[in-house]
Amino acid sequence: MTTRVRRVGRAILWYLKQATGEAKWDEYLERCLREDVEPMSRRSFERHRAEHRESCTQARCC
Amino acid sequence: MSTVTSPDQMGQKMTPRSMVVWGAVALTGAACWAVLALSRGEDVSALWILFAALSSYAIAYRFYARFVAYKVLGVDNTRATPAERLQNGADFDVTDRRVLFGHHFAAIAGAGPLVGPVLAAQMGYLPGTIWIIVGVIFAGAVQDMVVLFFSMRRNGKSLGQMVREEIGTVGGVAALVAVFSIMIILLAVLALVVVNALAESPWGVFSIGLTIPIALFMGFYLRYLRPGRVLEVTGIGVALLLAAIIGGNWVGQLGLADALTLSPNNLVFALVIYGFVASILPVWMLLAPRDYLSTFMKVGVIVLLAIGLVIARPMLQSEAITDFALKGTGPVFAGKLFPFVFITIACGALSGFHALIASGTTPKMIGKESQVRMIGYGGMLMESFVAISALIAASVIDQGLYFSINSPAGSTGGNPGAAAEFVRTLGFTISPADLTAAAQSIQETTLISRTGGAPTLAFGISLIFTKAFGGGLAAFWYHFAIMFEALFILTAVDAGTRVGRFMLQDTIGNFWPRYGDISWKPASWSASAAVVGLWGYFLYVGVNDPLGGIYQLFPLFGISNQLLAAIALALCVTLLFKHGKARYVWVPGIALAWDLIITMTASWQKIFSDNPKIGFFQQRTVYQAALDKGDLLKPAKNLGDMQQIITNATVDGVLITLFALLTLTVVVSAIPVWIKAAKLGGLPTTEVPHETSHLVAPAEIFATALEKQAIRDYEDYERRLAASPRVPL
Repeated sequence: MTTRVRRVGRAILWYLKQATGEAKWDEYLERCLREDVEPMSRRSFERHRAEHRESCTQARCC
Repeated sequence: MSTVTSPDQMGQKMTPRSMVVWGAVALTGAACWAVLALSRGEDVSALWILFAALSSYAIAYRFYARFVAYKVLGVDNTRATPAERLQNGADFDVTDRRVLFGHHFAAIAGAGPLVGPVLAAQMGYLPGTIWIIVGVIFAGAVQDMVVLFFSMRRNGKSLGQMVREEIGTVGGVAALVAVFSIMIILLAVLALVVVNALAESPWGVFSIGLTIPIALFMGFYLRYLRPGRVLEVTGIGVALLLAAIIGGNWVGQLGLADALTLSPNNLVFALVIYGFVASILPVWMLLAPRDYLSTFMKVGVIVLLAIGLVIARPMLQSEAITDFALKGTGPVFAGKLFPFVFITIACGALSGFHALIASGTTPKMIGKESQVRMIGYGGMLMESFVAISALIAASVIDQGLYFSINSPAGSTGGNPGAAAEFVRTLGFTISPADLTAAAQSIQETTLISRTGGAPTLAFGISLIFTKAFGGGLAAFWYHFAIMFEALFILTAVDAGTRVGRFMLQDTIGNFWPRYGDISWKPASWSASAAVVGLWGYFLYVGVNDPLGGIYQLFPLFGISNQLLAAIALALCVTLLFKHGKARYVWVPGIALAWDLIITMTASWQKIFSDNPKIGFFQQRTVYQAALDKGDLLKPAKNLGDMQQIITNATVDGVLITLFALLTLTVVVSAIPVWIKAAKLGGLPTTEVPHETSHLVAPAEIFATALEKQAIRDYEDYERRLAASPRVPL
């Protein structure tokens, strides 16, 4: 029972992290680890993403 | 590595078990439809509508959407999607299908599916229900999926670009102008809904006003305090938001009631300034955090509403089909069932605006071609479900109250006595005391002529939640619902102004390249000011229209949205012809034909009708003639009102003419392409050639056993690849 609850909880957390883009950082860290590169700081990583978002606003529909 | 793909599901035979299951779903649906169609003059539970919708969606998704995806479009899982080929971690990014479904749904669903059905409820619950369900299955969801598919096959090109390249330059320019002007009307009408919901409501202004500092706080938190911790800051934001709604209860005690009781014109002023500032501020500061908040609220309320409906099991108060549907004399908007129910309910059944979203961000993030069915068709079914819920919420309100809230102030006189009398002439009864009591129950000063749909919906939601969850929290739920609508309308206004600004800068940038630089302040500021000025004008006009802004502008909004759909569907038809699939052209073709019939009939009536309530130019003639004689015509109270009605009617009439002509230009310029392509059995298109996909991902929400096995094999392969020593280049 508890394992089941925990599994559902983890799945929801995974979904929310993916949906909000929070998971991008974890993916980046993993990639750096795999490719053996020194990762940049989280602050500069998020700055970089914010800068990108500046030019590609998605319209919200009615 | 050999490519592992999910099997083509089209060729499979149904198992006996799935035949039984789908037979049961079909029977449930048929039973619900039969109850809705046959019951007259007796109490009908709202759940019949809900389950008629759900079972129809299930069958449409299982059979029709599958046919369209696999036979008509020919989704091909061996073909790499743009996200796979061009993956850059930013625009092009393979995204989990369930996450992308969430993104896509959050982008397409806004106030439209909530407002349209509420207004259309003046014709009874049946016409709206039928159009929302049948429309989404054969038109709206088809449009979304087909546009998404074709854009995906072209590296995520926009609707305007595809029209230009596949139909021609004339069509392309017409489409571009249409998209821009339609967006302006859309933003103005959405803003008008917010103004009507917040005017003279200190509680509403208090809680909505607080969302701005809350969003700013979140923005700074993410930028400077703890970068990237979106979930944690959204949690804080939602808590603050709920506190802001509850806190609104005490504006009276805090002595803020007078300061926060804003007239509609002051709100227009505030919204215009807000829209301008929000569109030039950096995205991280206001837009992004507000977007997190509004998405969480949106999904939360929709889920809550579905649960609330099932628990509360409310009875429908409105008739199946009212007299207004047949006579066209309704007070909410003028015109008969055909074509105006199909115009008023755009989002939820068929919405052209979705074509802009389905041809932009989403196609660049799809991992597997077969997922267009779940994201494009499935996402739109979900929006349709929201529209059905809104229709139910409006139909469970006492009808006397419904018409008091939704009739323009020119008819109700704005006070309980006159409103009760007006509603009596419509054939409904409600006493002035009941009207006052209804407003008091949700702690508003009045509910009379609070047009625009938001207050009606919030009242309906409050009724349903109070019945479902108990606790006498009607006032809280009402303001909760108002907050939910206002929040994402404001997000749409922010984002829309910004997108409009980019469009303008891009267009002018063709002639003056420097202007196209989105980081060049003089350009971005002036383009933002132009966009805000345009929608601000229509908002101001709407708020001050003596005939009622929603009454006048909502048909314009609906028609323009459906005209955009005609442009998108014409593109779909063109592309099927060009791809040599003439025998399947009827799939978007029936949607296009129906859409053209309703939009052209509605435009025709709005332009040429000799009924001044419907025809804009006739309205102009009648009021001008009276003004020439120095007479006042109701509801005008002075000569200024008369002049304003004349100006508004002229502007609205010219706009509708312009939109209709632009759409006809696109459709007519496509016809020679259809004929040529049909004769030759196809024409070259800008489709990106096949490249083999190496990615493995399921097609639907739940992966099949075969898909799961394929994913395990694929992951093993990836792991072995990663573990093998890297070869230096």
